[in-house]
Amino acid sequence: MRVIVQKGPFDGGSELNSFTAAQSNMGAIVSFTGIVRDVSAGLKHMDIEHYPGMTERALEKIASDAMVRWDLGDVLVIHRYGRMQPEDSIMMVATASKHRKDAFEAADFLMDFLKSRAPFWKKEQTLTSDDWVASKQEDEDALKRWSHS
Amino acid sequence: MDVLYFAWVRERIGLPKEAVETDAKTVMGLVEELRAREERYALAFSDLSALRVAVDQDLTDFDASITGAREVAFFPPMTGG
Repeated sequence: MRVIVQKGPFDGGSELNSFTAAQSNMGAIVSFTGIVRDVSAGLKHMDIEHYPGMTERALEKIASDAMVRWDLGDVLVIHRYGRMQPEDSIMMVATASKHRKDAFEAADFLMDFLKSRAPFWKKEQTLTSDDWVASKQEDEDALKRWSHS
Repeated sequence: MDVLYFAWVRERIGLPKEAVETDAKTVMGLVEELRAREERYALAFSDLSALRVAVDQDLTDFDASITGAREVAFFPPMTGG
């Protein structure tokens, strides 16, 4: 299990290759990459603030919860903070398992919890505004489907 | 203890972190003390449903104890991923 919080960019392709190469006898690797998207056609950049210390703790807790809940060989979480441009990769998760169902479900779980339980805050600067991104009720609701096991 | 603010809470209060001497027993008690300080605090803490709190870097709620806590942080709902 590896959790990385960094300011600089990362190469999702080579991260995924290294993650895959490090596994043995895993039949399934699933990865997800989150990318800065220009929602309103005018995004200049996105700033992500985080809570150093708590961020690492929260991500490690989410990743280890996934390791306990599913039959996983390994989990990788990379999340950036600081300033990002449209098309930049913000974060990625990867899961390795013997079977695809565990790998898919665990990646989905990681994403749901990263969205609203890891201390990151996005701010979008467009040509006309500079606003904190509001959390969505649907993201909060998404956590409920994991509460029964 | 250290009190930390993030995102728009930080902007509204005007600083990221400060040392606070308090006898408050709970997060809510601390919020009441901060609200009474100045307008900018009252404004930042006017709607607690828009805020989240962590005590010693663990997410908790407003009736949580802060006795012995080193660090209390206030912030809006998180938007990671």
